Amino acid sequence: MTTTTYAVLVPLLPFLGAVAGLLLGRTAPGFVRPLAVLPTLASLVLTVLVAAGQGGGRAVDAATQLTPTGSVPIELALHIDGFAALVAVLVGVVATCVQLYSTGYLRDDARYPSYAALVSLFTSAMLLVVYSGDLIVLLVGWEVMGICSYFLVGHYWETPQARAASLKAFLVTKLGDVPFLIGLFALAGDAGSFRVTTVLGAVASGHLHHPTLVALLLLAGVAGKSAQFPLHSWLPDAMAGPTPVSALIHAATMVAAGVYFVARLLPVFQASSAAMVVLAVMAAVTMAGSALAALAQDDIKRVLAYSTIGQLGYMTGALAVGDRGAAVFHLLSHGAFKALLFLAAGVVIHAAGTNSLAAMSRMGNLRDRVPDAYWTMTVALLALAAIPPFSGFFSKETVLGAAEHVATGHTGHAPGAAGWIVLVAGLVTALLTAAYAMRLWLLAFRGRGADAPGHGRQPVVMNAVLWVLAVPSLAFGGLAFRVLPDWFDGRSLAPALTTSVLGTGLAVAGGVLAYGAWRHTTALAARAPLGAVAAHPEADAGLVESEAIASHEPAYGDIAYAPDPADPGRLLLGPLHRHAAAGFHLDTVYAALFVRPVTAGASLVRFLDREVVETYVRGAGALPRLLGAAVRRAQTGNVQTYVSALLAGTVVLAVAAVLVATGA
Amino acid sequence: MHLVYPAVLSALLFCTGLYGVLARRNAILVLMSVELMLNAVNLNLVAFDVWLSKAARETLHSGQALTLFTIAIAAAEIGIGLAIVLAVHRNRGTSDIDRLRDAAEGPGDGSDDSDGSDSAAATAPGAEKAEATA
Repeated sequence: MTTTTYAVLVPLLPFLGAVAGLLLGRTAPGFVRPLAVLPTLASLVLTVLVAAGQGGGRAVDAATQLTPTGSVPIELALHIDGFAALVAVLVGVVATCVQLYSTGYLRDDARYPSYAALVSLFTSAMLLVVYSGDLIVLLVGWEVMGICSYFLVGHYWETPQARAASLKAFLVTKLGDVPFLIGLFALAGDAGSFRVTTVLGAVASGHLHHPTLVALLLLAGVAGKSAQFPLHSWLPDAMAGPTPVSALIHAATMVAAGVYFVARLLPVFQASSAAMVVLAVMAAVTMAGSALAALAQDDIKRVLAYSTIGQLGYMTGALAVGDRGAAVFHLLSHGAFKALLFLAAGVVIHAAGTNSLAAMSRMGNLRDRVPDAYWTMTVALLALAAIPPFSGFFSKETVLGAAEHVATGHTGHAPGAAGWIVLVAGLVTALLTAAYAMRLWLLAFRGRGADAPGHGRQPVVMNAVLWVLAVPSLAFGGLAFRVLPDWFDGRSLAPALTTSVLGTGLAVAGGVLAYGAWRHTTALAARAPLGAVAAHPEADAGLVESEAIASHEPAYGDIAYAPDPADPGRLLLGPLHRHAAAGFHLDTVYAALFVRPVTAGASLVRFLDREVVETYVRGAGALPRLLGAAVRRAQTGNVQTYVSALLAGTVVLAVAAVLVATGA
Repeated sequence: MHLVYPAVLSALLFCTGLYGVLARRNAILVLMSVELMLNAVNLNLVAFDVWLSKAARETLHSGQALTLFTIAIAAAEIGIGLAIVLAVHRNRGTSDIDRLRDAAEGPGDGSDDSDGSDSAAATAPGAEKAEATA
């Protein structure tokens, strides 16, 4: 079998697994787990084979046209370059880990079959996006991911938070997808084809007539999918879904699709320097804002969600300075360590029975209870904070190095302003990232107080997956930065000295600051005890988590905020803390700008329908009603009257018939 | 015998019956008038059958057959009719047609539910009375 055959099978297998899982879920529950794990595992093996076959050399291209579709042809096309091959391996690894983890995490969940099938479908869609060489086929995978995300975020649909979050995720990403679709049409209109290779060829030969327009329209879709400012607000709320879903969708794959798309079509964006500056500003605002917000969150998963937004900001920053190798490098390492962080957080939430950091900081022995999660999470947090030699260090320094390269005057492929914006924002964010990683670690694992409630041992499969993901978090960056340039554009990915020293120094400073603040405030923890959020101790992890999410708001008054004086984030942020916890009130702005006009419009429509349209209908019925009332008066109830009328009618008819017959 | 005699006789019978149906108040007399009308029709059938069989060489005497048929139907009909009248008289204490006006439109707009309540009110005491008499 050739590489092309393998590549076709890669998205197909999880898709078939999803279909079979949905069909057999009720009739044959014994097959659900194999059907969830095995196709994903098989496609992971196939992605590795495809990567080996492609080998970083020439891109593998294959296309077939099912039917002519009019002016611009749509083809089932593959375009596998080094980026596609490696991102597919990442998707396969994370999806397999998540499927394995879910078998333990949701082991008692009644809706596990549909959940597993949707995760498989999601994996298939993401692999389709990665391998597709045709923009319309890519869009199909893109939208399937959107709908799967809606279903999976709403997995605990009994809780109002999950229902609201799933709707929000769907609507916000769709808000970006509409301009994205128009942008795709504009791009294909200029290039005359939806094929990636043809589009890139058209850009190279200067046939793109409206580069800025196309790039900005596409950016809207990318911002929605990759949770970039100002369309990022769905991602923190999407943490109402199960933790494995957060790990798969909202850390490693779906949000990576936007970054991957820009990386694939980077020359289109580079054709317009305005678009590159917009991308840089977007990345900078996203990075710094999300890092500040992460420092103030109380829900452990929301901290991670904001950190995902920030790390995606690094990737878009790397794209804004025209270095897609750095962006995809960070995407790969971030995918590994962020999936690990989420999955470990799932274990921690289960063990603690709460998702609140304030409550965890008052539990004494959490780290002894979940040693696997403790050690792997430490590794992943060090990678997140970009401490050498963990993998995050290498990828983040590559991004900063690329920005510095552009800022110091090498502006052949990106505007210099973009370089400065990304560099400054990236360095500030490095400080903040280390601070919130330190805060998370201290609050979750260095708590003092009563012992954590015992929730039994975690399933072995969950802990095993953590260690599997810990390996790339630890070593991927250091091993890969020499090899990866062969797969990518050939530009060196080795960390530059200046930015490495600066970035690491800032990260260490951020960590020390957070530690100092924690030492200062931790004495207050004993004085202001916060009630831990209760949960069923014996239930499976999924149920504990959904209860924790549902009870956070009644317990603390807000989904993201806890009135905890012992929180080091409060000391570090000062008066900014309350605003950062609310995500800088962006949701309020959206409510004022969009939600309230829409509800006002809906009530206007209701008024028009109830009061105006129905009046017409009632008026039209009035005349027949009057006529009917008049005719009903003939019904006297006296049979003899009826017979008389019948006789009169008969006589009249007979006379008429006789008259007609005689011709009178 | 000329055809006009039975024809005139049957017309007179029919008119008598029709007058009875339209004008009598007692339900039994109305039923008797219906019988008169039926018999007028029977007379016509027999007379015209004889008249037609004179002209045609072979005939099936379908008029006579139909007369027998009508007599049988009329017997069944009067049986049922008298039974109904008897039941009504037991329930209401009267068989005066002018007072049996349950199918009349009520006053006002006469929507469906008022009819329903009327009939429910009418049947409920009726059932009681039937039980009492039985």
